[in-house]
Amino acid sequence: MYDVIIIGAGVSGCASARELSRYQARICVLEKAEDVCCGTSKANSAIAHAGYDAPTGSLMAKLNVQGNRMMERLSKELDFAFQRIGSLVVCRDEEEMPNLQALYDRGVANGVEGLRIVGKEELRRMEPHISEDAVAALYAPSAGIVCPFGMNIAFAENAAVNGVEFRFDTSVQGIRKTERGWLIETDKGQYETRCVVNAAGVYADTIHNMVSGHKIRITPRRGDYCLLDKSAGKHVSSVIFALPGKYGKGILVTPTVHGNLLVGPTAIDTEDKEGVNTTREGLDQVLRKAGENVKDLPMRSVITSFAGLRAHEEHHEFVIGEVEDAAGFVDCAGIESPGLTASPAIGVMVAGIVRELLHLEENQAFVGTRRGILNPQELPVEERKQLIRDNPAYGNIICRCEMVTEGEIIDAIRRPLGAKSLDGVKRRTRAGMGRCQAGFCSPRVMEILARERGKNISEITKAGGGSRLVVGVNKDAL
Amino acid sequence: MKTYDIVIIGGGPAGLAAAVSAKRSGTDSILILERDKELGGILNQCIHNGFGLHTFREELTGPEYAGRFIEQVEELQIEYKLHTMVMDISSDKIVTAMNSTDGLFEIKAGAVILAMGCRERSRGALNIPGYRPAGIFSAGTAQRLVNMEGCLPGRKVVILGSGDIGLIMARRMTLEGAQVQVVAELMPYSGGLKRNIVQCLDDYAIPLKLSHTVVEIRGKERVEGITLAQVDETGRPIPGTEEEYECDTLLLSVGLIPENELSSGMGVALSRVTSGPVVNESLETNIEGVFACGNVLHVHDLVDFVSEEAAAAGRNAARYVQSTDDASRGGGPLVEIRAVDGVRYTVPSGINVERMEDMQTVRFRVGGVYKNCFVSVYLDEERIQHRKRPVMAPGEMESIKLKKEELLKYPDLKVITVKLEEG
Repeated sequence: MYDVIIIGAGVSGCASARELSRYQARICVLEKAEDVCCGTSKANSAIAHAGYDAPTGSLMAKLNVQGNRMMERLSKELDFAFQRIGSLVVCRDEEEMPNLQALYDRGVANGVEGLRIVGKEELRRMEPHISEDAVAALYAPSAGIVCPFGMNIAFAENAAVNGVEFRFDTSVQGIRKTERGWLIETDKGQYETRCVVNAAGVYADTIHNMVSGHKIRITPRRGDYCLLDKSAGKHVSSVIFALPGKYGKGILVTPTVHGNLLVGPTAIDTEDKEGVNTTREGLDQVLRKAGENVKDLPMRSVITSFAGLRAHEEHHEFVIGEVEDAAGFVDCAGIESPGLTASPAIGVMVAGIVRELLHLEENQAFVGTRRGILNPQELPVEERKQLIRDNPAYGNIICRCEMVTEGEIIDAIRRPLGAKSLDGVKRRTRAGMGRCQAGFCSPRVMEILARERGKNISEITKAGGGSRLVVGVNKDAL
Repeated sequence: MKTYDIVIIGGGPAGLAAAVSAKRSGTDSILILERDKELGGILNQCIHNGFGLHTFREELTGPEYAGRFIEQVEELQIEYKLHTMVMDISSDKIVTAMNSTDGLFEIKAGAVILAMGCRERSRGALNIPGYRPAGIFSAGTAQRLVNMEGCLPGRKVVILGSGDIGLIMARRMTLEGAQVQVVAELMPYSGGLKRNIVQCLDDYAIPLKLSHTVVEIRGKERVEGITLAQVDETGRPIPGTEEEYECDTLLLSVGLIPENELSSGMGVALSRVTSGPVVNESLETNIEGVFACGNVLHVHDLVDFVSEEAAAAGRNAARYVQSTDDASRGGGPLVEIRAVDGVRYTVPSGINVERMEDMQTVRFRVGGVYKNCFVSVYLDEERIQHRKRPVMAPGEMESIKLKKEELLKYPDLKVITVKLEEG
């Protein structure tokens, strides 16, 4: 019998797990994928939004601004990448200036600090590659960029260290009310718990509707993105948004914390909750619209494209709280943009709700800090030399594009909730994320995974499940 | 800080040939830095034969060809370090490298020879839409898995791109028991050598579909199928021409990119056409004493030509470190070589006539398929070569030779033009 079962190991589920581990409780996270951060949390704009978008008074606005404010400290405590580089919402039409002003006013009402409308000249000084048509922009110095994998994994590892259990490859099939709480049926057996947190992303409606008469509906809203080589990473220095208006929503252009340039997303509603396939139309739209606000984008430098699904709730609002007709069942649903930014605040809110429900006591042994995977590139030369003397694996480069060493990969595999697949290693270390897109390093990472996990190389997968990378040995079918 | 006269970045075919040639030209202090576990570079995974027809007048496999050069490196007692990644080269030729035994270390080089090779274009660079399942490999990655790890990456295979590695892998996968269904090529002509199309596709009845591309990849965990479509002259898929293939593997052989991150980091100027350094007759870059050869300079189809080019780079680097007078060291006036009318680029792109060897090879590629055209060379306005070629294609590197004694007859020479002309 658990006190809390959290369904979903995305960023909101893991933030909730981490915050709940501050209390004395038996907590378990059920995740249908093989790793944390496998759904919406891994494929998004990776932005810490300032908080001027959501309607004043909404939960979305409140948690966005709160989450943004928590980001700096949290990134230090949990050791993930975050840079407060500011954002610009670019207006390209004098007639739309009232909309820019309205955005400013809403931001101020939402409590966003430091907002300012900058004119043409200043804008050009800030961003030399801004479109010639730009007439003004809303500058939000508090916006930033974050490593979405890094943050999600940090929450999860910290939760695990504080006693939260994780069950991967475990898919929830049904939920029943019991006298003492809830019985969760999964493809790996039953789990009993006093309280459920539904952080199931695009499946949050499916899970919610298993227990409640008040149905909710989550529409997967696909966003296609293109990622550009690091050589293009300094093309802009802040997050560049288009002012939503008569030309539609527009495509953002932003540096990433790893030094690449990201452009996207589209917004295409789909029925398929697993439909993370990019489409020709989607990618064409990204390529076409990307240049509207930023000129001379080197689109030849695209190194990969991907799509993510936003968990769009029909009222475009976060749905967080105990479900009215299902005592002890707490929704954390509709977590779409700015969900990543809000996740630290979402975690606090969810934990608060559950604590009150279960009257949880504080966990005196809670450890609030976590060390991330050591990145030797960030060390001073002498320390790096010492590191290699102490552990020669840090002298062996495996991923030549991102200069990732064997030492980092071994760390990623051996640490709590360590990587089991190529993608798991990639999200933790960046091995395979560079310009050759794992062409050179994947056989070597497969070897290391097989060795560290005591497996045969043919059992190594790209991302768990049926994603095996090799299917046999030479001539086995002859 | 240790000092070497010549530091060679990369121990593949280019680096090996450059080292041997530099040593034979009288420079003793040479160091090869190789990131892999052995010398030989990508040749180690090229277990098919066909290497060395020009260099050794016999047909060798890739490892055998590499072996010939490795033997010479050993005999000549040229130093090398394996498992060693070069992290940075400064513009004053301080090489920062790293391995597990020496840690992070610096070397001062008198001259640097860039021989890092190239990488394969990935799916991402093509922007092929669809899911991102397991089973999509660049042809070279699959080649490594099959030939060096003994692993079969898939059983039902579609190959996109008719680059040489893709063609070679069509045959290799077939021989290892996989079913290769089709090779699709975006362009109306193949990007590979004619001999590879005959020996790797035709001999195994594998169809080659020109002007076709992959428009969709299916399968969420592992590739389950792809859709091919015909493309128009601009490379856009033509609606209604889609054909579905069931497969578990998609191999990509869609181009090679010279790997010049270290070069551009040290300030070496790159050509937009080749993505390799801009070099003069000595294969010297815009930075004095920094030379380039092999696939890092421009992508070759035959290793024999890599060896030949690298040997020249080695000689020139040796001359550079041995010479005391500025004129033969570097710099000086350059006669531009202009590539026009179907000639996409030339390597080198400029010549110092005083410094050039008696015979200078100028390599180039053409931009399309040309039949019964002439390769012409003009010294300013005067045509000095006019050679008929029955067929020229982008997949096959071409070359012309320039004689020093002939060029010396034109003291005011400004431009050498290489172009294609109709009959």
